[in-house]
Amino acid sequence: MENERTFFQYLRDFSETSSPLDFVLIYDNLGRFFEGALVTLQLTVLALFVGGLIAIPLALARAYKAPVWNQIIWVYTYAFRGTPLLVQVYLFYFGLGQFETVRSSFLWGPILSDPWWCVLIAFTLNTAAYTTEFLRGSIEATPLGEIEASKACGMSPWIRMRLVVLPNAFRRALPAYSNEVIFTLHGSVIASTVTLQDLLGVGRWLNGRYYLAYEGFITAMVFYMAIVFLISAAFKMAEGRYLGHLRPRETSKPEAKAAAA
Amino acid sequence: MTFKKTILASVVGAMTLFAGQSLVADTLRIGVEGAYPPFSRKEADGSLSGFDIDMALALCAQLKRECELVEQEWDGMIPALMANKYDAIVASMSITEDRRRKVDFSEKYYFTPTRFIAKEGASFEMTREGTAGLKIGLLRGTTMQCYVEKHFPDADIKLYNTQEDVYADLVAGRLDMQVNNTLQAIDGFLNTDQGQGFAFLGEDLDDVACLGEGTGIAVRKGDPLADELTAAIAAIRTDGTYMTINDKYFSIDIYGN
Repeated sequence: MENERTFFQYLRDFSETSSPLDFVLIYDNLGRFFEGALVTLQLTVLALFVGGLIAIPLALARAYKAPVWNQIIWVYTYAFRGTPLLVQVYLFYFGLGQFETVRSSFLWGPILSDPWWCVLIAFTLNTAAYTTEFLRGSIEATPLGEIEASKACGMSPWIRMRLVVLPNAFRRALPAYSNEVIFTLHGSVIASTVTLQDLLGVGRWLNGRYYLAYEGFITAMVFYMAIVFLISAAFKMAEGRYLGHLRPRETSKPEAKAAAA
Repeated sequence: MTFKKTILASVVGAMTLFAGQSLVADTLRIGVEGAYPPFSRKEADGSLSGFDIDMALALCAQLKRECELVEQEWDGMIPALMANKYDAIVASMSITEDRRRKVDFSEKYYFTPTRFIAKEGASFEMTREGTAGLKIGLLRGTTMQCYVEKHFPDADIKLYNTQEDVYADLVAGRLDMQVNNTLQAIDGFLNTDQGQGFAFLGEDLDDVACLGEGTGIAVRKGDPLADELTAAIAAIRTDGTYMTINDKYFSIDIYGN
């Protein structure tokens, strides 16, 4: 008796929970998903852009072991790479809001009371920390020969940096950077935990409003996959363009062989 | 991030009450929340307590089934029920038509009105135009979301994952007002240090379509458990267990009429 009940219950649950998605509802709310995608892209692109700009001088200071700065920057990158992004966002959003001095400061009204800014600051500092470290790695990996050659050409340290060291470090960092871009995009879902209506936020709104399990998440998932597809394609093109010289050369073409024979 | 944790509460709950009796039925898995005091809260040691928690344990005991409490964040409550993560939801869930499309409910186990809360002395014109642009905070996936989106669609509606986050932002000044179940608001906020300087705004809200007809226990559609739970609620109302739990948390009988 007991077994029979659970079996039928299981069967009923299975047929009920695996009913098809409510595509009409998704279609009706597609506009909101595009708005959400815009918020997600805004946050991701701005954080990457500002974070990237911050990372360049920090990476140079780390690579050339600038006294004092090197240690300070190391502490910063270690702190931001060693803690979860979620915790960082909570600290900026809920943490700072706890202090009366913060709430009465001039920064509160325009910036810190706004979840958008809190999230952008946290994302920027986070991606800057990661970018600093792998950019440092690729600056340190500059072949000695390139430095010697540019010295032999009479380049000043500044010109050497601008024309040889940094461009080549960027090239070497390109594959790692595509990961960073995609991770930042994925990390941006955290915005939805502090009331922002990003892609996931819209998905959760839809689920919450209509008590659904999957529709909101699956739609958001499709949007994320489309964005990641575009990012990957862009990086593939960039790698073809800037890392082309590293591709194995085709030593002989089949036609050439045939002609020779 | 549906943060989830399973807590076995069987040892202290059902078993001590029915020591000596053999464990007859299979385990009853109940989905509960943990951030809605005094209905549910998480203690420093990670254990759950509150009116909903006690109610869940009492109902298990009444049904003579072993109880397993499964903690679930609010906005995933119904999806997790349908995905068979647990068999019933005892988490202050209002019975509404929208939800009835997805799940079945027992009869109510309590009823409390819903009201807005804002800074003491604040006055807003509670009309569609009057609330345009005002920041209203509320818990995602609640009856309040239905109400506010229906009546004040031009407001800047902020959706949160937990009620505690709503309060934090109301105190921080990120919200003009919030809307919530009155009993939860009194004990979870207004009577706490955090809630000083805040007060109810306006009267109890009235919209059965959105706000529902009381708080019930949700089960999967067609599950006979709904009727068993309705009977169990009636039984603990009669034998005094309900009031014992009620009096632990409230000065009035929250069952309503």
